[in-house]
Amino acid sequence: MSTQTLSSQPLDGMGAGCCPVSGLAEVATEHYSGPNQGLEDTGQVVDPSAFVRREGDLSSLHLMVENMSCAACIMKIERAVLALPNVQKARVNMSTRRLAVEWTGGEDLGWEIVRRVTSLGYPVAPYNPELLKKLDDKTNRQLLAAMAVAGFAAGNVMLLSVAVWAGAFSDMGEVTRTLFHWISALIALPAVAYAGQPFYRSAVMALKNGTTNMDVPISLAVLMAAGMSLQQTIAGGQHAYFDASVSLLFFLLIGRYLDTRARAQARSTAEHLLALNAHAATIADAQGRERSVPCDQLSVGMTLLVAAGQRIAADGRIISGQTEIDASLLTGETLPVQAKAGDQVYAGTMNVGNPLEVEITAVSEDTLLGEIVRLVETAEQGRAKYVRIAERASRKYVPVVHAIAAMTFAGWFITNGGVWEPALMAAVAVLIITCPCALALAVPVVQVIATGVLLRRGIIIKTADGLERLAECDYVVFDKTGTLTKGQIELLPSTSVSDGQLAIAAGLARRSHHPISQAIVRSAAQLDINQIDEVEEIPGKGLTGVYRGKAVRLGRADWLFSDTAPARDKRTEHMLETWLVVDCENPIRLVFSDQLRTDAKQVVASLQTMGIGVELLSGDRPEPTEVIANELGITNWKSSALPSQKVERLAQLSKQGHKVLMIGDGLNDAPALASGHASISPSSAADVSQTAADLVFQGAQLRSVLTALRIANYSGRIVRQNFALAIGYNFIAVPIAVMGLVTPLIAAIAMSSSSLLVTLNALRLKYRAGD
Amino acid sequence: MEVLLYLIPAALVLGLVGLAAFLWALRSGQFEDLDGAALRILNDDQDGPDKS
Repeated sequence: MSTQTLSSQPLDGMGAGCCPVSGLAEVATEHYSGPNQGLEDTGQVVDPSAFVRREGDLSSLHLMVENMSCAACIMKIERAVLALPNVQKARVNMSTRRLAVEWTGGEDLGWEIVRRVTSLGYPVAPYNPELLKKLDDKTNRQLLAAMAVAGFAAGNVMLLSVAVWAGAFSDMGEVTRTLFHWISALIALPAVAYAGQPFYRSAVMALKNGTTNMDVPISLAVLMAAGMSLQQTIAGGQHAYFDASVSLLFFLLIGRYLDTRARAQARSTAEHLLALNAHAATIADAQGRERSVPCDQLSVGMTLLVAAGQRIAADGRIISGQTEIDASLLTGETLPVQAKAGDQVYAGTMNVGNPLEVEITAVSEDTLLGEIVRLVETAEQGRAKYVRIAERASRKYVPVVHAIAAMTFAGWFITNGGVWEPALMAAVAVLIITCPCALALAVPVVQVIATGVLLRRGIIIKTADGLERLAECDYVVFDKTGTLTKGQIELLPSTSVSDGQLAIAAGLARRSHHPISQAIVRSAAQLDINQIDEVEEIPGKGLTGVYRGKAVRLGRADWLFSDTAPARDKRTEHMLETWLVVDCENPIRLVFSDQLRTDAKQVVASLQTMGIGVELLSGDRPEPTEVIANELGITNWKSSALPSQKVERLAQLSKQGHKVLMIGDGLNDAPALASGHASISPSSAADVSQTAADLVFQGAQLRSVLTALRIANYSGRIVRQNFALAIGYNFIAVPIAVMGLVTPLIAAIAMSSSSLLVTLNALRLKYRAGD
Repeated sequence: MEVLLYLIPAALVLGLVGLAAFLWALRSGQFEDLDGAALRILNDDQDGPDKS
C-alpha cells in the first residue's frame, strides 16, 4: 500500500518528459515499496480485462500510451512486453502513441502487460480499436496513392514536354512532336482520371448542394486542360497542356494530403484524450463478486466499488464507507469534502479517503458530468459555424475566376468572328493559371509547420482551425485552480517545522490519499521518511500511529485539541492547516496553500502589455480568488461561477465584440472552453476539458500560452502573405492568359514557382519562431 | 532518333517500377507510422524486438 502515493507522484509531475520519468518511478518504487505492491488500486493502472479481445487461442489488447517521446521509449516498451511469456507480437505506433499486443492464452496476461508498461513510467489506457474508425486512415492512403500516381505522371510528362519545348527552338519535326504528345496523353489521361478523384468528388458534391468550393475550378481546370490537350493532339496541333494538368494535380494533392494529415493528427489526439478517460469500473455483482466492466456498460442500480484514489464512474449514493471526495475538477475547489453513507456523489470526482460502495443512480448522459458534456456539445455547435480563412478566400475567389474565364472565352469568340477553338484555349489557359494551386498550399503547409513547431514546445493543436481562431483573440479569460495555480496544495516552508518532524509527518501521511497527506509526502521527498507503526486513518479527522513507542497524530485541530487550539501565526491564520502531535511535545502546525504557477504573474503581465484584456473566472470561494487576482494584478475577477455562468460571461464578452481565449482545466470549465473563440487547457486538465480545448500544453509552465499566441499570430501573418503572393502572381499572369499568350511553358513555370514560393515562405515560420 | 524508341519505354518502365514499389509499400502498411519509422532506425539491435 505504501507505494501508492509515492509512485503516482513522479508520473503525474513529469508531463512530457520521457526517460527520466521511468527512472524516477523505478527509484521511487524500489525505495518505498512495501511487501504488497498494490499499484492497481492507485487509479493509475486501469483494469484491461474488459478490453481484451479473443480470437481462438489468440488474445489481443490495444493500449494508448502516454509519455513516449524517443526511440528508446519504443524499444523499452516493446522489449519489456515481448519478454513476457506467450507474447507473440508487441508493436508501438509512435504517430498515434498506441501499442498493440497479441498473445496466446488467457486474458490474465493483460494485467501483467499493463502493469509492466506502467511501471516503466508510461501510463496506459486500454481502448477498443473498433470504436476508433479507420476512416481517416483510408482517405489518407487514397490521397497518398493518388499523389504517387500524379507525381509519376507529372515527372514523365514533364520530361517529354521539356523535350518538346526545346525542340520548338531547334529542329524537332512535327511527327516527333505529335508522337511525344501521344505518349504524354497515354500517361496523363489515366493519371488525371485516377488521381483527380478526390477533387471531382468534392466538386460534384458541392455543385449538387448548389454551392461552389475550391474544388470546382480545380476540377474544371484539370479536366478542360486534359480534354483540350487531347483535342490538340488528335489534330496534330502544338498546344498540348498535359504537363500542366498533371503537375497541377500533383501540387494540389500535396496540399490536400498535408491538410488531411493535420486533421487526422488533431483527431487522433482527441481520441487519445478520450480513451484515457474510458477507464473500466469495478462493480459487485449479485453474488457479491467483483467484476470489471467498461464504463459504458454501467447501469442504474448496480453497486459500484470505488477504491481509494479512484475516480467515481457514475453518479450515485454511498451505501457504505466514509470518506472524503475531491471535487476539484467539478467545482474548482481545492479542498476535498467529507462524504458518508447516504450522501450523493458525482461522476468525475475522486475518492481520496477510504474504499466506497456506491449505488448507481444515474449513468453516462444523465450524470452531472453528462450535463457538462451536453453543454460542451451545444457550445461546439456554435463554433462549427466558424469559416476558415481558406474557405473565405475561395468563396470570393472562385466566382471571380469563373467570370474572368467566361469573359475571356466570350471576348475571343466575338473578336475572332465566332471561331471557338482559340477562344476555348485562352479560357482554359486562364483557368490553369488562376487555378488555386498556391492557394491550396498556402494554409496546409503553414498548418503543418506550425503544428510541428508547437509540438516541440509541448503544445498540441487539437482542432484543425484552432490556430487560426487563436490568432484572432484579443481577450483572455483564466480559470484559477489548476490553470493559474498548480492545482495541488503544497506545504509552505516554515522555520517552525524541523526535518525530523516532517519525516514523522510524512511517515504517517504516506498511508493516506488525502491531498494534504500527499503534499506532506511530496515536500519530504528529500528526507529519510520515518517508519511509523500501527498507522490508522480516521476519515475526515486525521491519522494516528506509533513512532518508537510514542503515539503520533496528524490531523485537524478540532479533532486533536478537544478544548482550544494553540495560537496560530497571524499572517497564515486563514490558510489551510494540519497539526502534528508527537507524544506530549508541543503541537506543530503545517500550513498549505495552492501555489501559483511560477510564471503566472509574468504571463499575465505580458498579456496586459500586449493590450489583451485579462479576466479571472473561478468556481472557487471569493477569498482565495481575490488573493490570487490581487497577486496577479487582475482587476476583473469573479468567484463561485457555475459552469453555465462561465458560458454566459463568455457570451456577454463576445457580444461586446471581444474574441475570447478561454484557458482552463476543470470539468466546470469545459463548456466555457468549448464556447470561447479559442481555448487552451493544460495537460493536467480533466479529459472532457482537454477534449473541448483547441490546444493542450504540457508541463508546468504557463508561458506556453504566450508561445502558442505568438506562433498563432505569426502563422496567421504567413498565411495572409501566402495569399497575397498567390494572388499577386495571378495579377501578372492572368492578363497574359487573357490575351492568349500563355504557352504550356509559361503556365508550368508560373504554377510551380508560385507553389514553391508559398512553401518556402511557410518554412520561414520554422526559423523565425525560435525564441 | 531511333534511340528514343528504347529510351522512352525504358524511362517509363523504371518510373512504373518505382510507382508500383510505392503502392506496395503503402498497401503493406509501411506508411502507418512515419514518426515511429524515423525513430526505429536509431535502434542498433540487429534482430529487432519485433518477432513477427
